[in-house]
Amino acid sequence: MFGAGGGTVSYDEIEETDFIVLWGSNAREAHPIFFHHLMKGLDNGARMFVVDPRRTSSAKFADVWLGLDVGTDIALANAIGREIIHADLHNREFIAHSTEGFEAYAAAVEPYTLDMAAEVTGVPAIAIRELAHAYAGAGTAQILWTLGITEHHNGVDNVFALCNLSLLTGHIGRWGSGLVPLRGQNNVQGGGDMGALPNKLPGFADVADSTDRARFEAVYGMDLNPVPGRHLTLMFESMEEGTMRGAYIIGENPADSEADVERIRGLLSGLDILVVQDIFLTRTAEMADVVLPASVAWVESEGTVTSSERRVQRVRAAVAPPGEARDDIEILGELARRLGVDWGYPTTEDLWDELRSLSTAHAGMSWERLESEGGLQWPCPTDDHPGSPFLHGWLWDDDLGGRGPAPFTVVEHAGPAEELTDEYPLRLTTGRALDSFNTGVQSGAIDSPIRYGDAIEVSPSDALRLGLVDDERVRVISARGSVDMNVRIQPDIPEGLTFTTFHFPDLVDTNVLTNDTWDRQSGTAEFKAASIRIDKLVRAGAGDD
Amino acid sequence: MTSAQTTVSLSIDGNEMQVLEGTTIHKACESAGINTPTLCWAENLTPVNVCRVCVVEVEGSRTLVPSCARPAEEGMVVYTDSERVRHSRRMVLEFLGSGVDLDQATPLHEWIVRYDADIARYDQPDLPAAIIDEPTKIQDDLYIRDYNRCVLCYKCVEACGDDAQHTFAIAVAGRGFDARISTEYDVELPQSACVYCGNCISVCPTGAIQFKTEFDLRRAGEWRPDQQEITRTVCSYCGVGCNLEIHTQDGRIVKATSPADHSVASGHLCVKGRFGWRYVQPSI
Repeated sequence: MFGAGGGTVSYDEIEETDFIVLWGSNAREAHPIFFHHLMKGLDNGARMFVVDPRRTSSAKFADVWLGLDVGTDIALANAIGREIIHADLHNREFIAHSTEGFEAYAAAVEPYTLDMAAEVTGVPAIAIRELAHAYAGAGTAQILWTLGITEHHNGVDNVFALCNLSLLTGHIGRWGSGLVPLRGQNNVQGGGDMGALPNKLPGFADVADSTDRARFEAVYGMDLNPVPGRHLTLMFESMEEGTMRGAYIIGENPADSEADVERIRGLLSGLDILVVQDIFLTRTAEMADVVLPASVAWVESEGTVTSSERRVQRVRAAVAPPGEARDDIEILGELARRLGVDWGYPTTEDLWDELRSLSTAHAGMSWERLESEGGLQWPCPTDDHPGSPFLHGWLWDDDLGGRGPAPFTVVEHAGPAEELTDEYPLRLTTGRALDSFNTGVQSGAIDSPIRYGDAIEVSPSDALRLGLVDDERVRVISARGSVDMNVRIQPDIPEGLTFTTFHFPDLVDTNVLTNDTWDRQSGTAEFKAASIRIDKLVRAGAGDD
Repeated sequence: MTSAQTTVSLSIDGNEMQVLEGTTIHKACESAGINTPTLCWAENLTPVNVCRVCVVEVEGSRTLVPSCARPAEEGMVVYTDSERVRHSRRMVLEFLGSGVDLDQATPLHEWIVRYDADIARYDQPDLPAAIIDEPTKIQDDLYIRDYNRCVLCYKCVEACGDDAQHTFAIAVAGRGFDARISTEYDVELPQSACVYCGNCISVCPTGAIQFKTEFDLRRAGEWRPDQQEITRTVCSYCGVGCNLEIHTQDGRIVKATSPADHSVASGHLCVKGRFGWRYVQPSI
């Protein structure tokens, strides 16, 4: 956001902030130790509003829970923006000095009255008003989100809607205030920072920018392809068109994790060549022509990962990899050698130093400093730079640090791609449970006593209407397929909504149901909103004599 | 954000020193190189002042004071090794040892020798109520609880409660000899509010709450801490970046802890970080 892809604040700051908006995030279960920092903030007197369709375990710690309908985030955010403007609570000085596009934004949110938003979102107007006034009136405030914002067909617009609120109030670029996308995987931040994105080179450089490219070409000693690559979702489209005939997949399990997963399995099995490099024989690896056994990146090999607060930290080998498993870097180097390019045998530190020579944000992070200082937060441009707890302080500089003002982005409410119909009258949203992680490749080995498996959670009123009881086996059906699973009656979700996890794909193939309509800007599918119906497997009363 | 801090001057065992205002006597002792025992205090918990093993003598104070919680004050004169302090610490250790198995309470072993404590002094056969004497609770594959080792230091209660986890699954139930750590209504752990973060284990100084992996190895006579290596790395699950200390013995992982001095997790973990390494090594 505003030119840098990372959370703008440090965990420590939430302990001292005045106001917290947790939006589409169940951090209590998905980011439990971050929630410890958040709880210190609450203990220190911060107020918290939680925006989520479900009354999650995070929401139970909130002052106010706003249980909006799935996919109505923009209507809610725009109404909050309008209310802040109408109540004259916006930061006029900050807007004039540090932003652009305010007039267009103010005009665009004008139709989003409290009553209109209440109608669209299902959140009472008084609660929307209270959030608007409390956020704008707070000395310091943070908005935090996760996949409840991004896993929609318009996820990027959702993010813009939240960014607009921070620009409106100036809750950005100062200690305690900011915008925080909590990262779901231990190195999803670092992967992007290191250029594992189709349009990026390491250190936020652009593939399509000839000046950026020239710096890398000078170090690599070769010309680089100036055409940005395709992201995962587009790759599957290319497979469908027949223009992509092979895939080399490292540490990803799309045959379980993608939305509308039956389609994905069909596409992967139709490839001429599929190579999978992983630590387990995942469902994707089972489909591969060649499997390259890899070592476990955080405990069988050396390197770095980057956290949600942009902290680069060392991972270290504690045990030897089993059998023929090898380090990812070694495998890639050997592969390059077979393809006729000798990259030598660089150590992890050699590779890190190469990155530092190419990325100013990482230049000051020597291997020694990473060892001795418990990690460093980028940007850290020089050896004596302490690292950066928060981003975008330049917004408060007289000259904006030589940059242009931060733009408001006009976004409109769209709603879920798939509407509710008579055939599929229930909304299905998916998420994560405390003791599990994604498709269960890692977390499946935890002997967790608090695990209940992938059940379909339904509200008590829907359960009553449909005649469902706890642990009853039912068939859950979407336009894409059906899955049999157990019912779990859940008082913390509203009528019309259902919820499930996707941690045990071998038992419950949840992603058969999910909608693969995706955001053209991010490539992320709408895992958070599908339309379904629930069919009883045993007709009511059929067992009675 | 730091602001200008004032200092206070005090004397500890005859050494004049200055510390920042708010520094505890215990911290001041530490900076003076004076080893002061403490059991219920931890870097990442609020002091609860229950073990009393850290008491020191402060001139002008009627009673001995807990050094772990009492801030240093201007002009304070402190004695950490007077006869009164040594006598009190000896008796505190003897009380802690009464009816409790301190075999695995390694921090205490050194102090028992230092203060010449007879920890069997109050273990008398005609006082059966002083002994909890209940079987080790093995209710799942992650933890065991052996309350015969519990000295009621409250650390687990604090870590489960508002010092870290805010789950409040355990508290002290009962009074006097009946006092013990319990779940709500003494239900089995999987039925309680427990979320299996294991933060209680990481703060327990006596082995009363213990990893099942450690318990099994100890029972098999194969637990050898002096041969273990600790490697610091980062958890493989969500993006928070909790630091892990992976304890290995004979090239095998035996448990995971978290460094208390690191800003991200402050010694705490969740169920995934604490137990999620099992996929690396299905059996120990």
